[in-house]
Amino acid sequence: MKKVMETLMHILFLLMACVSILSVLLICVFMFANGIPAIAEIGVFDFLLGTTWKPSAGEFGIFPMIIGSIYVTAGAILVGVPIGILCAVFMAKYCPKKLYRILKPVIELLAGIPSIVYGFFGLVVLVPMLLDLFGSGKGVLTASLLLGIMILPTIIGVSEAAIRAVPDAYYEGSLALGATHERSIFKTVLPAAKSGVLAGVILGIGRAIGETMAVVMIAGNQPIIPESILSGVRTLTANIVLEMAYATDLHRDALIATAVVLFVFILIINLCFSALNRKEK
Amino acid sequence: MEGVKGVNQTSLKQRLINYKRHPGSAVVALLVMLSALITVGILIFLISYILIKGIPNITPSLFAWEYNSENASMMPALINTIWITVLTLLIAVPVGVCSAIYLVEYAKRGSRLVAAVRITTETLSGIPSIVYGLFGFLLFVIALKWSYSLLGGALTLAIMILPLIMRTTEEALKAVPDSYREGSFGLGAGKLRTIFSIILPAAMPGILSGIILAIGRIVGESAALIFTAGTAPVVPKGLFRSGRTLAVHMYALLSEGLYMEEAYGTAVVLLVLVALINALSSLIAKKLTKGS
Repeated sequence: MKKVMETLMHILFLLMACVSILSVLLICVFMFANGIPAIAEIGVFDFLLGTTWKPSAGEFGIFPMIIGSIYVTAGAILVGVPIGILCAVFMAKYCPKKLYRILKPVIELLAGIPSIVYGFFGLVVLVPMLLDLFGSGKGVLTASLLLGIMILPTIIGVSEAAIRAVPDAYYEGSLALGATHERSIFKTVLPAAKSGVLAGVILGIGRAIGETMAVVMIAGNQPIIPESILSGVRTLTANIVLEMAYATDLHRDALIATAVVLFVFILIINLCFSALNRKEK
Repeated sequence: MEGVKGVNQTSLKQRLINYKRHPGSAVVALLVMLSALITVGILIFLISYILIKGIPNITPSLFAWEYNSENASMMPALINTIWITVLTLLIAVPVGVCSAIYLVEYAKRGSRLVAAVRITTETLSGIPSIVYGLFGFLLFVIALKWSYSLLGGALTLAIMILPLIMRTTEEALKAVPDSYREGSFGLGAGKLRTIFSIILPAAMPGILSGIILAIGRIVGESAALIFTAGTAPVVPKGLFRSGRTLAVHMYALLSEGLYMEEAYGTAVVLLVLVALINALSSLIAKKLTKGS
Protein backbone atom coordinates (compact mmCIF):
# COMPACT_ATOMS: atom_id res chain seq x y z
CA MET A 1 0.00 0.00 0.00
CA LYS A 2 2.75 2.40 1.01
CA LYS A 3 4.77 1.40 -2.04
CA VAL A 4 1.82 2.09 -4.33
CA MET A 5 1.35 5.52 -2.79
CA GLU A 6 5.03 6.35 -3.27
CA THR A 7 4.92 5.40 -6.94
CA LEU A 8 1.64 7.21 -7.51
CA MET A 9 2.98 10.43 -6.01
CA HIS A 10 6.21 10.06 -7.99
CA ILE A 11 4.15 9.92 -11.16
CA LEU A 12 2.03 12.88 -10.02
CA PHE A 13 5.10 15.02 -9.37
CA LEU A 14 6.47 14.01 -12.76
CA LEU A 15 3.22 14.97 -14.49
CA MET A 16 3.15 18.34 -12.72
CA ALA A 17 6.71 18.99 -13.89
CA CYS A 18 5.50 18.44 -17.43
CA VAL A 19 2.84 21.17 -17.14
CA SER A 20 5.30 23.92 -18.05
CA ILE A 21 6.42 22.01 -21.14
CA LEU A 22 2.79 21.46 -22.09
CA SER A 23 1.99 25.17 -21.57
CA VAL A 24 4.76 26.33 -23.87
CA LEU A 25 3.67 23.81 -26.50
CA LEU A 26 0.04 24.96 -26.20
CA ILE A 27 1.01 28.62 -26.46
CA CYS A 28 3.17 27.94 -29.54
CA VAL A 29 0.49 25.83 -31.22
CA PHE A 30 -2.32 28.32 -30.61
CA MET A 31 -0.33 31.39 -31.58
CA PHE A 32 1.23 29.92 -34.70
CA ALA A 33 -1.88 28.04 -35.85
CA ASN A 34 -3.93 31.23 -35.69
CA GLY A 35 -1.29 33.70 -36.81
CA ILE A 36 0.53 32.01 -39.66
CA PRO A 37 -2.52 31.52 -41.93
CA ALA A 38 -3.21 35.24 -41.59
CA ILE A 39 0.38 36.09 -42.51
CA ALA A 40 0.10 33.77 -45.50
CA GLU A 41 -3.16 35.39 -46.59
CA ILE A 42 -1.81 38.92 -46.33
CA GLY A 43 1.56 37.91 -47.78
CA VAL A 44 4.76 37.73 -45.72
CA PHE A 45 6.33 40.82 -47.28
CA ASP A 46 3.15 42.89 -47.32
CA PHE A 47 2.65 42.05 -43.66
CA LEU A 48 6.16 42.51 -42.28
CA LEU A 49 7.35 45.31 -44.59
CA GLY A 50 4.10 47.01 -45.54
CA THR A 51 4.01 50.57 -44.25
CA THR A 52 0.26 51.18 -44.14
CA TRP A 53 -1.98 49.76 -41.45
CA LYS A 54 -5.56 50.38 -42.52
CA PRO A 55 -7.73 47.48 -41.43
CA SER A 56 -10.83 49.11 -42.91
CA ALA A 57 -9.18 49.13 -46.34
CA GLY A 58 -7.75 45.64 -45.91
CA GLU A 59 -4.18 46.87 -45.62
CA PHE A 60 -2.20 45.18 -42.88
CA GLY A 61 1.42 46.33 -42.89
CA ILE A 62 3.02 46.18 -39.44
CA PHE A 63 6.38 47.67 -40.42
CA PRO A 64 5.63 50.97 -38.60
CA MET A 65 4.86 49.02 -35.44
CA ILE A 66 8.03 46.92 -35.71
CA ILE A 67 10.06 50.10 -36.13
CA GLY A 68 8.09 51.70 -33.29
CA SER A 69 8.85 48.83 -30.93
CA ILE A 70 12.55 48.96 -31.88
CA TYR A 71 12.77 52.76 -31.44
CA VAL A 72 11.04 52.73 -28.08
CA THR A 73 13.11 49.79 -26.82
CA ALA A 74 16.34 51.40 -27.98
CA GLY A 75 15.32 54.60 -26.22
CA ALA A 76 14.56 52.67 -23.04
CA ILE A 77 18.00 51.05 -23.22
CA LEU A 78 19.68 54.45 -23.64
CA VAL A 79 17.86 55.75 -20.58
CA GLY A 80 17.80 52.66 -18.39
CA VAL A 81 21.11 50.89 -18.97
CA PRO A 82 23.62 53.55 -17.85
CA ILE A 83 21.59 54.46 -14.77
CA GLY A 84 20.85 50.80 -14.03
CA ILE A 85 24.43 49.59 -14.24
CA LEU A 86 25.79 52.51 -12.23
CA CYS A 87 23.11 51.98 -9.62
CA ALA A 88 24.03 48.28 -9.47
CA VAL A 89 27.66 49.31 -8.89
CA PHE A 90 26.47 51.55 -6.09
CA MET A 91 24.47 48.74 -4.51
CA ALA A 92 27.32 46.25 -4.70
CA LYS A 93 30.38 48.39 -4.03
CA TYR A 94 29.48 51.72 -2.44
CA CYS A 95 26.39 51.20 -0.37
CA PRO A 96 26.87 50.95 3.42
CA LYS A 97 25.07 47.96 4.89
CA LYS A 98 22.50 50.01 6.75
CA LEU A 99 21.53 51.95 3.64
CA TYR A 100 21.44 48.73 1.63
CA ARG A 101 18.75 47.34 3.89
CA ILE A 102 16.52 50.25 2.88
CA LEU A 103 17.60 50.50 -0.73
CA LYS A 104 17.06 46.86 -1.69
CA PRO A 105 13.32 46.80 -0.82
CA VAL A 106 12.95 50.16 -2.57
CA ILE A 107 14.30 48.69 -5.82
CA GLU A 108 12.07 45.65 -5.37
CA LEU A 109 9.08 47.92 -4.93
CA LEU A 110 10.02 49.66 -8.18
CA ALA A 111 9.76 46.22 -9.82
CA GLY A 112 6.44 45.49 -8.17
CA ILE A 113 4.51 48.60 -9.22
CA PRO A 114 1.88 47.56 -11.79
CA SER A 115 2.52 48.72 -15.33
CA ILE A 116 -0.88 50.40 -15.47
CA VAL A 117 0.20 52.62 -12.56
CA TYR A 118 3.42 53.45 -14.42
CA GLY A 119 1.29 54.30 -17.44
CA PHE A 120 -0.93 56.52 -15.34
CA PHE A 121 2.12 58.26 -13.86
CA GLY A 122 3.45 58.82 -17.39
CA LEU A 123 0.10 60.20 -18.49
CA VAL A 124 -0.34 62.68 -15.66
CA VAL A 125 3.32 63.66 -15.05
CA LEU A 126 5.61 62.92 -18.01
CA VAL A 127 3.22 63.86 -20.82
CA PRO A 128 2.36 67.36 -19.50
CA MET A 129 6.02 67.93 -18.58
CA LEU A 130 7.31 67.09 -22.07
CA LEU A 131 4.44 69.02 -23.62
CA ASP A 132 5.67 72.11 -21.76
CA LEU A 133 9.30 71.51 -22.66
CA PHE A 134 9.09 70.44 -26.31
CA GLY A 135 5.54 71.17 -27.38
CA SER A 136 4.70 67.50 -27.86
CA GLY A 137 3.65 65.17 -25.07
CA LYS A 138 2.97 61.68 -26.38
CA GLY A 139 5.67 60.01 -28.44
CA VAL A 140 8.92 58.10 -28.70
CA LEU A 141 10.70 60.23 -26.09
CA THR A 142 7.99 59.88 -23.45
CA ALA A 143 7.69 56.13 -23.98
CA SER A 144 11.48 55.72 -23.88
CA LEU A 145 11.76 57.62 -20.61
CA LEU A 146 9.00 55.67 -18.90
CA LEU A 147 10.19 52.28 -20.20
CA GLY A 148 13.73 53.22 -19.17
CA ILE A 149 12.44 53.68 -15.62
CA MET A 150 10.44 50.45 -15.78
CA ILE A 151 13.42 48.29 -16.80
CA LEU A 152 15.68 49.77 -14.10
CA PRO A 153 14.91 47.14 -11.41
CA THR A 154 15.53 44.27 -13.84
CA ILE A 155 18.90 45.63 -14.91
CA ILE A 156 19.91 46.59 -11.37
CA GLY A 157 18.97 43.19 -9.92
CA VAL A 158 20.76 41.03 -12.48
CA SER A 159 23.83 43.31 -12.75
CA GLU A 160 24.22 43.54 -8.98
CA ALA A 161 24.20 39.75 -8.67
CA ALA A 162 26.79 39.53 -11.46
CA ILE A 163 29.05 42.12 -9.82
CA ARG A 164 28.78 40.37 -6.47
CA ALA A 165 29.72 37.06 -8.09
CA VAL A 166 33.16 38.40 -9.09
CA PRO A 167 35.75 37.16 -6.56
CA ASP A 168 36.94 39.86 -4.15
CA ALA A 169 40.53 39.02 -5.06
CA TYR A 170 40.09 40.88 -8.37
CA TYR A 171 39.16 44.07 -6.59
CA GLU A 172 41.74 43.72 -3.84
CA GLY A 173 44.50 42.90 -6.31
CA SER A 174 43.72 46.01 -8.28
CA LEU A 175 43.66 48.16 -5.13
CA ALA A 176 47.00 46.70 -4.05
CA LEU A 177 48.49 47.78 -7.38
CA GLY A 178 47.58 51.35 -6.46
CA ALA A 179 44.39 51.80 -8.48
CA THR A 180 41.59 53.84 -6.93
CA HIS A 181 38.29 52.36 -5.79
CA GLU A 182 36.61 53.51 -9.01
CA ARG A 183 39.39 52.31 -11.30
CA SER A 184 39.38 48.91 -9.62
CA ILE A 185 35.64 48.55 -10.08
CA PHE A 186 35.35 49.81 -13.64
CA LYS A 187 38.57 48.27 -15.01
CA THR A 188 38.64 44.90 -13.27
CA VAL A 189 35.37 43.99 -11.53
CA LEU A 190 32.90 45.21 -14.15
CA PRO A 191 34.73 43.61 -17.13
CA ALA A 192 34.75 40.33 -15.19
CA ALA A 193 30.99 40.63 -14.65
CA LYS A 194 30.41 41.56 -18.29
CA SER A 195 28.33 38.60 -19.42
CA GLY A 196 26.10 38.78 -16.35
CA VAL A 197 25.50 42.49 -16.85
CA LEU A 198 24.76 41.86 -20.53
CA ALA A 199 22.24 39.19 -19.54
CA GLY A 200 20.52 41.80 -17.39
CA VAL A 201 20.40 44.23 -20.28
CA ILE A 202 18.92 41.57 -22.56
CA LEU A 203 16.30 40.75 -19.95
CA GLY A 204 15.53 44.48 -19.82
CA ILE A 205 15.14 44.57 -23.61
CA GLY A 206 12.63 41.72 -23.33
CA ARG A 207 10.69 43.65 -20.70
CA ALA A 208 10.66 46.84 -22.73
CA ILE A 209 9.59 45.24 -26.00
CA GLY A 210 6.79 43.29 -24.30
CA GLU A 211 5.43 46.13 -22.19
CA THR A 212 1.90 47.02 -23.15
CA MET A 213 -0.31 48.94 -20.78
CA ALA A 214 2.17 51.67 -19.87
CA VAL A 215 3.11 52.30 -23.51
CA VAL A 216 -0.47 52.50 -24.73
CA MET A 217 -1.09 55.40 -22.37
CA ILE A 218 1.77 57.61 -23.48
CA ALA A 219 3.05 56.71 -26.95
CA GLY A 220 0.39 58.46 -29.01
CA ASN A 221 -0.38 55.26 -30.94
CA GLN A 222 -0.38 56.61 -34.53
CA PRO A 223 0.38 53.65 -36.84
CA ILE A 224 3.04 55.50 -38.84
CA ILE A 225 6.81 55.40 -38.80
CA PRO A 226 7.85 58.19 -36.39
CA GLU A 227 9.75 61.05 -38.00
CA SER A 228 11.41 62.35 -34.87
CA ILE A 229 11.71 61.39 -31.22
CA LEU A 230 8.81 63.69 -30.45
CA SER A 231 6.32 62.21 -32.88
CA GLY A 232 3.75 59.66 -31.83
CA VAL A 233 4.48 55.98 -32.17
CA ARG A 234 2.63 52.69 -31.96
CA THR A 235 4.34 49.53 -30.76
CA LEU A 236 3.45 45.93 -31.63
CA THR A 237 1.95 45.43 -28.17
CA ALA A 238 -0.13 48.61 -28.38
CA ASN A 239 -1.45 47.57 -31.78
CA ILE A 240 -2.90 44.41 -30.27
CA VAL A 241 -4.44 45.94 -27.18
CA LEU A 242 -5.96 48.91 -29.02
CA GLU A 243 -7.84 47.02 -31.70
CA MET A 244 -8.44 43.52 -30.38
CA ALA A 245 -11.67 44.49 -28.63
CA TYR A 246 -13.56 45.23 -31.85
CA ALA A 247 -11.55 43.37 -34.51
CA THR A 248 -13.16 40.61 -36.57
CA ASP A 249 -12.13 38.14 -39.29
CA LEU A 250 -8.85 38.92 -41.06
CA HIS A 251 -8.33 42.02 -38.92
CA ARG A 252 -8.36 39.89 -35.78
CA ASP A 253 -6.10 37.30 -37.33
CA ALA A 254 -3.71 40.06 -38.36
CA LEU A 255 -3.55 41.18 -34.73
CA ILE A 256 -2.81 37.62 -33.63
CA ALA A 257 -0.11 37.54 -36.30
CA THR A 258 1.27 40.73 -34.76
CA ALA A 259 1.51 38.84 -31.48
CA VAL A 260 3.28 36.00 -33.30
CA VAL A 261 5.92 38.47 -34.54
CA LEU A 262 6.30 39.78 -30.99
CA PHE A 263 6.49 36.21 -29.69
CA VAL A 264 9.29 35.38 -32.14
CA PHE A 265 11.18 38.52 -31.05
CA ILE A 266 10.87 37.41 -27.43
CA LEU A 267 11.97 33.84 -28.22
CA ILE A 268 15.12 35.19 -29.89
CA ILE A 269 15.82 37.47 -26.91
CA ASN A 270 15.26 34.55 -24.51
CA LEU A 271 17.67 32.37 -26.47
CA CYS A 272 20.35 35.08 -26.23
CA PHE A 273 19.68 35.38 -22.50
CA SER A 274 19.97 31.68 -21.73
CA ALA A 275 23.04 31.34 -23.97
CA LEU A 276 24.72 34.12 -21.96
CA ASN A 277 23.63 32.55 -18.69
CA ARG A 278 25.14 29.23 -19.67
CA LYS A 279 28.37 30.96 -20.62
CA GLU A 280 28.41 32.59 -17.18
CA LYS A 281 28.30 29.17 -15.53
CA MET B 1 39.12 50.66 19.42
CA GLU B 2 38.21 53.91 17.74
CA GLY B 3 40.27 54.97 14.77
CA VAL B 4 41.33 51.43 13.93
CA LYS B 5 39.87 50.25 10.63
CA GLY B 6 39.87 46.95 8.77
CA VAL B 7 42.85 46.38 6.49
CA ASN B 8 40.94 46.78 3.26
CA GLN B 9 38.83 49.73 4.35
CA THR B 10 39.53 53.37 3.80
CA SER B 11 38.35 56.26 5.89
CA LEU B 12 36.38 59.11 4.38
CA LYS B 13 39.38 61.41 4.72
CA GLN B 14 41.64 59.02 2.84
CA ARG B 15 39.04 58.75 0.12
CA LEU B 16 38.74 62.52 -0.25
CA ILE B 17 42.54 62.84 -0.57
CA ASN B 18 42.47 60.09 -3.18
CA TYR B 19 39.72 61.84 -5.12
CA LYS B 20 41.75 65.06 -5.14
CA ARG B 21 44.64 63.16 -6.67
CA HIS B 22 42.46 61.39 -9.22
CA PRO B 23 39.74 63.75 -10.43
CA GLY B 24 38.57 61.15 -12.98
CA SER B 25 37.71 58.78 -10.19
CA ALA B 26 35.87 61.51 -8.36
CA VAL B 27 33.69 62.16 -11.43
CA VAL B 28 32.91 58.47 -11.75
CA ALA B 29 32.06 58.22 -8.06
CA LEU B 30 29.72 61.19 -8.42
CA LEU B 31 28.01 59.58 -11.42
CA VAL B 32 27.51 56.35 -9.48
CA MET B 33 25.94 58.16 -6.54
CA LEU B 34 23.84 60.28 -8.89
CA SER B 35 22.39 57.18 -10.55
CA ALA B 36 21.41 55.69 -7.23
CA LEU B 37 19.86 59.02 -6.25
CA ILE B 38 17.91 59.22 -9.51
CA THR B 39 16.55 55.70 -9.07
CA VAL B 40 15.40 56.31 -5.51
CA GLY B 41 14.23 59.82 -6.38
CA ILE B 42 11.98 58.55 -9.18
CA LEU B 43 10.34 56.03 -6.87
CA ILE B 44 9.79 58.55 -4.10
CA PHE B 45 8.43 61.09 -6.59
CA LEU B 46 6.09 58.56 -8.19
CA ILE B 47 4.71 57.29 -4.91
CA SER B 48 4.32 60.68 -3.25
CA TYR B 49 2.79 62.23 -6.37
CA ILE B 50 0.13 59.55 -6.61
CA LEU B 51 -0.52 59.57 -2.87
CA ILE B 52 -0.79 63.35 -2.60
CA LYS B 53 -3.01 63.73 -5.66
CA GLY B 54 -4.93 60.53 -5.01
CA ILE B 55 -5.80 60.43 -1.34
CA PRO B 56 -8.19 63.43 -1.51
CA ASN B 57 -10.00 61.56 -4.30
CA ILE B 58 -10.74 58.54 -2.17
CA THR B 59 -14.40 59.00 -1.37
CA PRO B 60 -16.97 56.63 0.14
CA SER B 61 -18.72 56.43 -3.25
CA LEU B 62 -15.60 54.74 -4.69
CA PHE B 63 -16.38 51.83 -2.39
CA ALA B 64 -20.09 51.57 -3.14
CA TRP B 65 -21.19 47.96 -3.59
CA GLU B 66 -22.61 48.56 -7.06
CA TYR B 67 -20.79 50.11 -9.99
CA ASN B 68 -22.60 52.71 -12.03
CA SER B 69 -21.49 55.45 -14.39
CA GLU B 70 -22.10 57.97 -11.63
CA ASN B 71 -19.73 56.65 -8.97
CA ALA B 72 -17.29 54.44 -10.99
CA SER B 73 -16.99 52.34 -7.85
CA MET B 74 -13.99 50.08 -7.54
CA MET B 75 -15.60 47.72 -5.03
CA PRO B 76 -16.66 45.04 -7.55
CA ALA B 77 -13.18 45.19 -9.08
CA LEU B 78 -11.62 44.82 -5.64
CA ILE B 79 -13.71 41.72 -4.93
CA ASN B 80 -12.92 40.29 -8.36
CA THR B 81 -9.22 40.85 -7.72
CA ILE B 82 -9.47 38.70 -4.59
CA TRP B 83 -11.41 36.03 -6.50
CA ILE B 84 -8.94 35.89 -9.38
CA THR B 85 -6.01 35.83 -6.97
CA VAL B 86 -7.45 32.93 -4.98
CA LEU B 87 -8.40 30.98 -8.13
CA THR B 88 -5.02 31.53 -9.76
CA LEU B 89 -3.13 30.45 -6.64
CA LEU B 90 -5.35 27.37 -6.26
CA ILE B 91 -4.29 26.30 -9.73
CA ALA B 92 -0.69 27.46 -9.88
CA VAL B 93 0.61 26.70 -6.38
CA PRO B 94 -0.02 22.91 -6.34
CA VAL B 95 1.36 22.56 -9.87
CA GLY B 96 4.36 24.77 -9.20
CA VAL B 97 5.25 23.25 -5.84
CA CYS B 98 4.82 19.66 -7.09
CA SER B 99 6.97 20.24 -10.16
CA ALA B 100 9.65 21.90 -8.03
CA ILE B 101 9.55 18.85 -5.73
CA TYR B 102 10.05 16.65 -8.75
CA LEU B 103 12.96 18.73 -10.01
CA VAL B 104 14.76 18.85 -6.66
CA GLU B 105 13.89 15.55 -4.96
CA TYR B 106 13.24 13.05 -7.75
CA ALA B 107 14.86 14.02 -11.03
CA LYS B 108 18.24 12.58 -11.89
CA ARG B 109 21.01 14.97 -12.67
CA GLY B 110 21.33 15.87 -16.33
CA SER B 111 18.10 14.18 -17.39
CA ARG B 112 16.56 15.36 -20.65
CA LEU B 113 13.23 16.09 -19.01
CA VAL B 114 14.79 18.43 -16.48
CA ALA B 115 16.58 20.30 -19.25
CA ALA B 116 13.27 20.62 -21.12
CA VAL B 117 11.46 21.87 -18.01
CA ARG B 118 14.20 24.45 -17.41
CA ILE B 119 14.09 25.78 -20.96
CA THR B 120 10.31 25.98 -20.97
CA THR B 121 10.07 27.77 -17.60
CA GLU B 122 12.67 30.27 -18.80
CA THR B 123 10.60 30.79 -21.93
CA LEU B 124 7.39 31.20 -19.94
CA SER B 125 8.92 33.84 -17.69
CA GLY B 126 9.98 35.89 -20.72
CA ILE B 127 6.66 35.90 -22.60
CA PRO B 128 4.97 39.34 -22.41
CA SER B 129 1.62 39.46 -20.66
CA ILE B 130 -0.20 40.63 -23.77
CA VAL B 131 0.83 37.40 -25.53
CA TYR B 132 -0.54 35.44 -22.57
CA GLY B 133 -3.73 37.43 -22.87
CA LEU B 134 -4.08 36.64 -26.55
CA PHE B 135 -3.29 32.97 -25.95
CA GLY B 136 -5.93 32.80 -23.22
CA PHE B 137 -8.39 34.51 -25.55
CA LEU B 138 -7.71 31.98 -28.33
CA LEU B 139 -7.86 28.96 -26.03
CA PHE B 140 -10.63 29.80 -23.55
CA VAL B 141 -12.82 32.30 -25.38
CA ILE B 142 -12.55 31.06 -28.97
CA ALA B 143 -11.62 27.36 -28.84
CA LEU B 144 -13.47 26.35 -25.65
CA LYS B 145 -16.27 28.94 -26.17
CA TRP B 146 -16.30 30.03 -22.51
CA SER B 147 -16.64 33.69 -23.52
CA TYR B 148 -14.96 36.13 -21.09
CA SER B 149 -14.74 34.40 -17.71
CA LEU B 150 -13.05 34.60 -14.32
CA LEU B 151 -11.85 31.01 -14.73
CA GLY B 152 -10.26 31.70 -18.12
CA GLY B 153 -8.47 34.71 -16.66
CA ALA B 154 -7.29 32.75 -13.65
CA LEU B 155 -6.00 29.87 -15.80
CA THR B 156 -4.11 32.31 -18.03
CA LEU B 157 -2.55 34.00 -15.00
CA ALA B 158 -1.74 30.60 -13.48
CA ILE B 159 0.48 29.76 -16.46
CA MET B 160 2.02 33.20 -16.21
CA ILE B 161 3.05 32.92 -12.55
CA LEU B 162 4.01 29.24 -12.76
CA PRO B 163 7.71 29.93 -13.44
CA LEU B 164 7.90 32.33 -10.48
CA ILE B 165 6.39 29.77 -8.07
CA MET B 166 8.57 26.99 -9.46
CA ARG B 167 11.78 28.99 -9.16
CA THR B 168 11.22 30.22 -5.62
CA THR B 169 10.06 26.78 -4.42
CA GLU B 170 13.06 25.14 -6.05
CA GLU B 171 15.43 27.54 -4.32
CA ALA B 172 13.68 26.99 -0.98
CA LEU B 173 13.87 23.19 -1.35
CA LYS B 174 17.53 23.32 -2.33
CA ALA B 175 18.27 25.43 0.75
CA VAL B 176 17.07 22.62 3.06
CA PRO B 177 20.26 20.87 4.22
CA ASP B 178 20.76 17.28 3.09
CA SER B 179 21.24 16.20 6.70
CA TYR B 180 17.46 16.67 7.17
CA ARG B 181 16.80 14.15 4.42
CA GLU B 182 19.43 11.73 5.68
CA GLY B 183 18.14 11.95 9.24
CA SER B 184 14.59 11.27 8.13
CA PHE B 185 15.58 8.33 5.93
CA GLY B 186 17.78 7.05 8.75
CA LEU B 187 14.76 6.96 11.07
CA GLY B 188 12.97 4.80 8.55
CA ALA B 189 10.65 7.37 6.97
CA GLY B 190 9.79 6.89 3.31
CA LYS B 191 10.44 9.47 0.61
CA LEU B 192 6.92 10.90 0.64
CA ARG B 193 6.87 11.24 4.41
CA THR B 194 10.28 12.90 4.32
CA ILE B 195 9.07 15.40 1.75
CA PHE B 196 5.77 16.26 3.41
CA SER B 197 6.75 16.25 7.07
CA ILE B 198 10.42 17.29 6.98
CA ILE B 199 11.40 19.14 3.82
CA LEU B 200 8.27 21.12 2.96
CA PRO B 201 7.84 22.59 6.47
CA ALA B 202 11.49 23.63 6.47
CA ALA B 203 11.13 25.23 3.06
CA MET B 204 7.81 26.92 3.88
CA PRO B 205 9.00 30.52 4.41
CA GLY B 206 10.80 30.48 1.03
CA ILE B 207 7.77 29.06 -0.75
CA LEU B 208 5.49 31.54 0.99
CA SER B 209 7.53 34.56 0.00
CA GLY B 210 7.40 33.33 -3.61
CA ILE B 211 3.63 32.96 -3.42
CA ILE B 212 3.27 36.47 -2.06
CA LEU B 213 5.41 37.84 -4.89
CA ALA B 214 3.09 36.01 -7.26
CA ILE B 215 0.08 37.67 -5.61
CA GLY B 216 1.72 41.01 -6.34
CA ARG B 217 1.97 40.13 -10.01
CA ILE B 218 -1.63 38.95 -10.17
CA VAL B 219 -2.93 42.12 -8.53
CA GLY B 220 -0.97 44.33 -10.92
CA GLU B 221 -1.70 42.41 -14.10
CA SER B 222 -3.94 43.99 -16.69
CA ALA B 223 -2.87 43.10 -20.24
CA ALA B 224 -3.37 39.36 -19.76
CA LEU B 225 -6.84 39.81 -18.29
CA ILE B 226 -8.57 42.24 -20.65
CA PHE B 227 -9.21 39.58 -23.30
CA THR B 228 -9.64 36.63 -20.96
CA ALA B 229 -11.59 37.76 -17.89
CA GLY B 230 -13.02 40.74 -19.71
CA THR B 231 -13.96 44.16 -18.42
CA ALA B 232 -17.45 43.80 -16.94
CA PRO B 233 -17.62 46.15 -13.91
CA VAL B 234 -19.64 43.75 -11.76
CA VAL B 235 -19.04 40.89 -9.37
CA PRO B 236 -19.87 37.94 -11.62
CA LYS B 237 -22.43 35.33 -10.58
CA GLY B 238 -20.17 32.40 -11.37
CA LEU B 239 -16.77 31.30 -12.59
CA PHE B 240 -17.81 31.44 -16.22
CA ARG B 241 -18.85 35.10 -16.15
CA SER B 242 -16.78 38.15 -16.89
CA GLY B 243 -15.41 40.49 -14.22
CA ARG B 244 -12.66 43.10 -14.14
CA THR B 245 -9.89 43.23 -11.57
CA LEU B 246 -8.58 46.44 -10.05
CA ALA B 247 -5.80 46.92 -12.59
CA VAL B 248 -8.19 46.31 -15.49
CA HIS B 249 -10.68 48.67 -13.84
CA MET B 250 -8.01 51.35 -13.84
CA TYR B 251 -7.24 50.75 -17.52
CA ALA B 252 -10.94 51.01 -18.32
CA LEU B 253 -11.26 54.29 -16.39
CA LEU B 254 -8.25 55.75 -18.19
CA SER B 255 -9.32 54.67 -21.66
CA GLU B 256 -12.81 56.08 -21.12
CA GLY B 257 -11.09 59.30 -20.07
CA LEU B 258 -14.03 60.58 -18.03
CA TYR B 259 -12.95 59.43 -14.59
CA MET B 260 -9.57 61.01 -13.83
CA GLU B 261 -10.34 61.56 -10.13
CA GLU B 262 -11.55 58.00 -9.69
CA ALA B 263 -8.44 56.80 -11.51
CA TYR B 264 -6.27 58.65 -8.99
CA GLY B 265 -8.12 56.94 -6.15
CA THR B 266 -7.77 53.53 -7.77
CA ALA B 267 -4.06 54.13 -8.34
CA VAL B 268 -3.60 54.84 -4.62
CA VAL B 269 -5.37 51.62 -3.66
CA LEU B 270 -3.33 49.58 -6.18
CA LEU B 271 -0.08 51.17 -5.05
CA VAL B 272 -0.78 50.60 -1.36
CA LEU B 273 -1.79 46.98 -2.03
CA VAL B 274 1.38 46.25 -3.98
CA ALA B 275 3.60 47.97 -1.40
CA LEU B 276 2.00 45.94 1.41
CA ILE B 277 2.39 42.69 -0.53
CA ASN B 278 6.05 43.48 -1.27
CA ALA B 279 6.76 44.36 2.35
CA LEU B 280 5.15 41.13 3.53
CA SER B 281 7.17 39.06 1.08
CA SER B 282 10.50 40.58 2.08
CA LEU B 283 9.58 40.30 5.77
CA ILE B 284 9.07 36.56 5.37
CA ALA B 285 12.23 36.23 3.29
CA LYS B 286 14.15 38.05 6.05
CA LYS B 287 12.81 35.62 8.65
CA LEU B 288 14.06 32.85 6.42
CA THR B 289 17.63 34.15 6.30
CA LYS B 290 17.63 34.76 10.04
CA GLY B 291 16.40 31.26 10.78
CA SER B 292 19.14 29.49 8.84
